[in-house]
Amino acid sequence: MKRFVLVFAIAFRLWPAAVSAQSAELTWAGDAEGGAPFVEADPSHPDQVVGFDVDVAALIARGLGRTPRFVMISFASIDQSITRGDADIGLSGIEDTPARRATLAVTIPYYEFREVLAVRTADAGQLRTLADLRGRSVATLAGTIAYEILLKAERDHGLRAVSYEDDVHPYSDLLLGRVDAVLLDHVLAERRQRTMSGITIQPGTVATGHYVGVLAAGNAALRDRADGVLRTAMKDGSLERIFRTWKVWNDDQPRLYAKLIAGEIVPAVLDDRGADASAGTATLSGWEAAKRYFPSLVRASGVTLVLSCLSMALAVVLGVIIATGRVYGARPLRIALVGYVELMRGTPILLQLFVLYYGIAEAVRLPAFVAALAGLALNYAAYESEIYRSALEAVPPGQLEAGRTLGLSERQVLTLIRGPQAFRLALAPMTNDFVALLKDSSLVSVLTVLELTKQTQIFATNLGSWVVPGMLCAGLYLAMSLPLAAAARQLERRWKIA
Amino acid sequence: MSAAVLRVRDVRLDRGDRRVLNGISLEVGRGELVAIMGPSGSGKTTLLRAITGLAPFDAGEIGIDDVTLSSGPAPPLTRRALCRKVGMVFQFHCLFEHLSALDNVCLAPVHAYHVPADDAERRARMLLRAFGVEHRAAALPRELSGGEAQRVAIARALAVDPPLLLMDEPTASLDSARRGELGQLMRGLIAEGRVLVMATHDEDFARAWATRLLRVEDGRLEGA
Repeated sequence: MKRFVLVFAIAFRLWPAAVSAQSAELTWAGDAEGGAPFVEADPSHPDQVVGFDVDVAALIARGLGRTPRFVMISFASIDQSITRGDADIGLSGIEDTPARRATLAVTIPYYEFREVLAVRTADAGQLRTLADLRGRSVATLAGTIAYEILLKAERDHGLRAVSYEDDVHPYSDLLLGRVDAVLLDHVLAERRQRTMSGITIQPGTVATGHYVGVLAAGNAALRDRADGVLRTAMKDGSLERIFRTWKVWNDDQPRLYAKLIAGEIVPAVLDDRGADASAGTATLSGWEAAKRYFPSLVRASGVTLVLSCLSMALAVVLGVIIATGRVYGARPLRIALVGYVELMRGTPILLQLFVLYYGIAEAVRLPAFVAALAGLALNYAAYESEIYRSALEAVPPGQLEAGRTLGLSERQVLTLIRGPQAFRLALAPMTNDFVALLKDSSLVSVLTVLELTKQTQIFATNLGSWVVPGMLCAGLYLAMSLPLAAAARQLERRWKIA
Repeated sequence: MSAAVLRVRDVRLDRGDRRVLNGISLEVGRGELVAIMGPSGSGKTTLLRAITGLAPFDAGEIGIDDVTLSSGPAPPLTRRALCRKVGMVFQFHCLFEHLSALDNVCLAPVHAYHVPADDAERRARMLLRAFGVEHRAAALPRELSGGEAQRVAIARALAVDPPLLLMDEPTASLDSARRGELGQLMRGLIAEGRVLVMATHDEDFARAWATRLLRVEDGRLEGA
């Protein structure tokens, strides 16, 4: 009886939510960080969102007889979230790609955009096309059509593609001189041009793409109904009104709408001559995709490994200096070092990386790899110093006194007796930290360093699945960390102190 | 100047409001093996630590050969000179855990006194051979028995050939057979003209091997 009451109570609690999710509400996923004109927090009501995607979501919901409810999902995770069922539909300037068409139920496009090249105004005369950018860095958002175009241009034109996590920093880094051009949607480019001076958008179209709504593959029936709502809105001018409100209406849209209303299939991506350029990866089998992407994952592992080894080496040196200062230093030095350690341990490493790369960029323009290396090293030095300090303090005083009675100076006692013994005590926690650092190095992708996790994410976005990329990525991380752990265990055994 | 190698004059050492050494005076000459006995906390070990310079004292004076140690922390040069005059064998040996027996013995001559590495190793091996542990030269401290570790510790203390050797509770980790061997070894050292001072609880051992017995009680020396 008790169990029945419990089941009933749970069912009763869940019932209204289930009903509302199925009929009354249309949950839609977007990333408010993407900003206007797509989705952004309303400046006057920060708990509400505004943007053309918000209006498109409302339009579709109205057409379906539902109430729209916004679900905040990070841009890079919208596809996976929709597949998981976190929301009914994803709308956030999501590009139509062959991979999405293969793995999700994709609506008809509701907006056509052009991939455009933005350069510093001073360079506008000489850097007109991708071909002019040989040997230079070109920024874009990771996992987008623009990124795929830049990867191809790396081979064709010898430029260097730099991937960013957001669409603001490519333009600020363009002005700072870290990159020489940005390839992104004209909507994003024009928005930045309005707020930042010194940016010129080249008139040529590098490629043409479309924004679509994405639904789970099994949700094709709802997608078809949404398509119907969109077609009606194209005919009756509702979509035009939305895009005019957000000042992004142009002559490309009526042409697109005419084709869609006529029932034409629009290719996901068109090249600079307007030909179908939808050569995607989604048609590849998992095995073929793995073969194609494996070399780039191995290269990214190299970045991860080199970055981790260098930053750990630096962290160890700094950690030893800090620990020595804390054990032997005068009081003001000890206080300063405690302050440093607590600051580094008490604030997120992501924030520290941002400050190093973007925050101080006006004063010191560190290259991305150097900023990543410094950020990881400075952060881990704080943790290492605590390990060494406690290890130094764990060396029995008798060992130090024995050294002193033999005539060794304090410095010699430290370097010949205390240091080496402390190092052996510190070895296990150090190994632990190195493995953690190996994984934390994935955070530096926010500074445009293309390491293993980021490369995997790009691979997964292009493939439309995390299964194969995830397994390859995990395998590569293990291939790096397991031998390290084994080597450390062997050293520990050899140096074991009774 | 007195002929005594070790001269302790009216040494006082306070720890907080407790007087650990209360006006201790003592002279020890060549060929002597002095045993300092007394209950735990009586000040035996503190006296040895004061002689090595590890425990600065508050009043009095300690002389070892031509080096004089006054109250307060010893100046670096005095400390350095002192280390050549006195070797210390700790109760738990305190061998450097990360170094082999041989390297334990060679460390100070090479790094503190700049003896060429070959010469230091030759002397270290000679000492280890003399104390019957040369076959353990490559072993780490954790691989040595208590008796072996003690012999390596004695070799280490004698590596720079100090005239005075201090030993804190030397029989603590030895069985009766090993105690006899240690007694012989100590007698051999004083026969070479060295001065030995040991702090011990082991009255039988002290009576069997020491040339002079002293007792510390509440920081005062009796029987001197």
